[in-house]
Amino acid sequence: MTDKRTLEVELSTTGMGPDGRPQRVPLVVGGDAGGLALAAPPSAEPELEGEHMLINIGPQHPATHGVLRLVLELDGETVVRCIPHVGYLHCGFEKIGEYRQYNQIVPWTDREDYLNSMGNNIAYALGAERIFGIEITERCKVLRVIGAELSRIASHLVWMGTTCIDIGAFTPFLWGFQERENIYNLLEGWVGARLTTSATRVGGMAADVPDKWIEGLQGFIRTFPRTIDECERMLTKNAIWVGRTVGLGVMSPDEAINYGLSGPMLRASGVAYDVRKDFPYLDYETYDFDVAVGSAGDVYDRFLVRMEEMRQSVRILDQAVKRLPDGPVNVDDPRVILPPKSKATSEMESMIHHFKNVMEGPRPPIGECYVAVESPKGEKGYYMVSDGTSKPARWRIRPPSFVNLSAIPKMVEGHLLSDVIAINASIDIVMGEIDR
Amino acid sequence: MTTPFAIVHPGTGNDAVPVTPKNVPVHGGPVSPTAEAVAARFPGAVLRTVVSRGETTIVVDGARAHDVIQWLHDDPSQSYEYLSDVTAVEHRDLAQPIEVVWHLRSLRFRRFLRVKVLLARGAPLVAPSVWDVYKGADWLERECYDMFGIRFDGHPDLRRILLWEQYKEGFPLRKDFPLRGRFSRSEQLRNALAANPEARYSMEELSIADAFEELPLDMRKRITSGEATGE
Repeated sequence: MTDKRTLEVELSTTGMGPDGRPQRVPLVVGGDAGGLALAAPPSAEPELEGEHMLINIGPQHPATHGVLRLVLELDGETVVRCIPHVGYLHCGFEKIGEYRQYNQIVPWTDREDYLNSMGNNIAYALGAERIFGIEITERCKVLRVIGAELSRIASHLVWMGTTCIDIGAFTPFLWGFQERENIYNLLEGWVGARLTTSATRVGGMAADVPDKWIEGLQGFIRTFPRTIDECERMLTKNAIWVGRTVGLGVMSPDEAINYGLSGPMLRASGVAYDVRKDFPYLDYETYDFDVAVGSAGDVYDRFLVRMEEMRQSVRILDQAVKRLPDGPVNVDDPRVILPPKSKATSEMESMIHHFKNVMEGPRPPIGECYVAVESPKGEKGYYMVSDGTSKPARWRIRPPSFVNLSAIPKMVEGHLLSDVIAINASIDIVMGEIDR
Repeated sequence: MTTPFAIVHPGTGNDAVPVTPKNVPVHGGPVSPTAEAVAARFPGAVLRTVVSRGETTIVVDGARAHDVIQWLHDDPSQSYEYLSDVTAVEHRDLAQPIEVVWHLRSLRFRRFLRVKVLLARGAPLVAPSVWDVYKGADWLERECYDMFGIRFDGHPDLRRILLWEQYKEGFPLRKDFPLRGRFSRSEQLRNALAANPEARYSMEELSIADAFEELPLDMRKRITSGEATGE
């Protein structure tokens, strides 16, 4: 009889399909399956009564990535039905936004998808600038691309690490968090904050990058691809990883579109929709990068798509560093941009201007706009309605993980309880964004 | 092994290379061809077409909104197969109607369209559900109901989603809802202390499992009579 250890080795070699892609090989008990068969147990267990069980996971459970609660109806170990409960982190961001000036909303955007704070700041600023009718400077555009891609990598690294932990691998978590630390050091050098960056202002950025910062970024661009390679070597053809991810939570392209999935979730199902390519912003159409697309729509493909996206982000960062132009970061528009502090404390006009801008706030023209960006989780949109006052009449976040999570009952149906954890991890949810 | 899916590429119906919009006019600009197509297909259903920040909004008659969206989704010349968002807007000027907003995307033509329905004051706030067209509308409509109290006609499971099912203070994103909540702090505290922390499952969840037999008699009666904790 084969012992367990040999079996794992065999799985990793015979688990490759003809196209070179790992596939899930089920262990057959007592059958003839080319070396993978186990001897049948001495006496089969008697058939159990089919009683359905109600099981509760969360809200305080490490594998739910925050405070998600899943109520599962189980038939043995198989999920018959899944009822998700969200809202434990609801803080009413959209309500608070109606009582804040446009620049005062920026710190709230840090705290929804807190793994991608700078990406949210940038997305929000793009929406606010559209409603004000402002064109930002070239340098600001490139800096924002750098910020967005850095936070995309940071977010994907957290996803990779936490998913590995859920599935039972610890090392990639440490490697990923080491690189994430480098990114947060860079962000700290730029805006002074690591997690809650509040980096943008309407019409520009809170700060230009300091001297020598670009050299630090270049160092990151040089060293980071090696970490991705190492993590891929640990995972991509690992028997346990493949066995626990391939064929789980499959969404077909039509279903994925109909359920409104976006980001890596949608692309893993074979839909090459990327907001950066199809509805570009920040001149993304001038960068040379590829959209990673999967073809099986399962947890494994979502992993492959995210790993490839990190590589593509490095490519974009490399191009952005090379083209970063000199010049001002903020637009020359006294409606929204504050005068320099030295002038505000020495010149009367600047002081009045500063006072009016801070106390009353800039007022955009009446109208509405919806600006979407490709966040690490998917299509993140900000819908803003202005009634001509300095505070938005409505500020709406289109949360990608909220819509992605709404497909979880469909994805986990018929899978085992242990696979629910892997599928849930593959959605890459951030409860701060879902509950808002 | 599962057969791989064929890759779906967006933009197959549109040769134009997408570019970042520059110098978007605040008002006016080119109207999306979809607006005319809808007006031609559904005469009288389009009440108004507005272009703001380069985005076309069509305001449609509430009674025909579902048909319009269904047609936009199904018709190959429109192919709005992706629902980005469902939300609502209440203006500070309380004389204005509440708006229900759908953000639709056509991946094939790389188009974006905003569809609106105006809900008059004084009448019950009811909008058609598009759940049967887009499954992704499920939670978005529930959130909209939770925050604004707009009922979506045809939604299979319209419950509160972000707030808990027994929440009694009303609908937070309505403009008459104070920022601190409708109840006083002491009342909120009293309610929180009076809540039964053991009651973590809704009636519906309890009724699906074998736990039903072990429930107290009055609870079983309420479940069998079809009562839901939703409202």
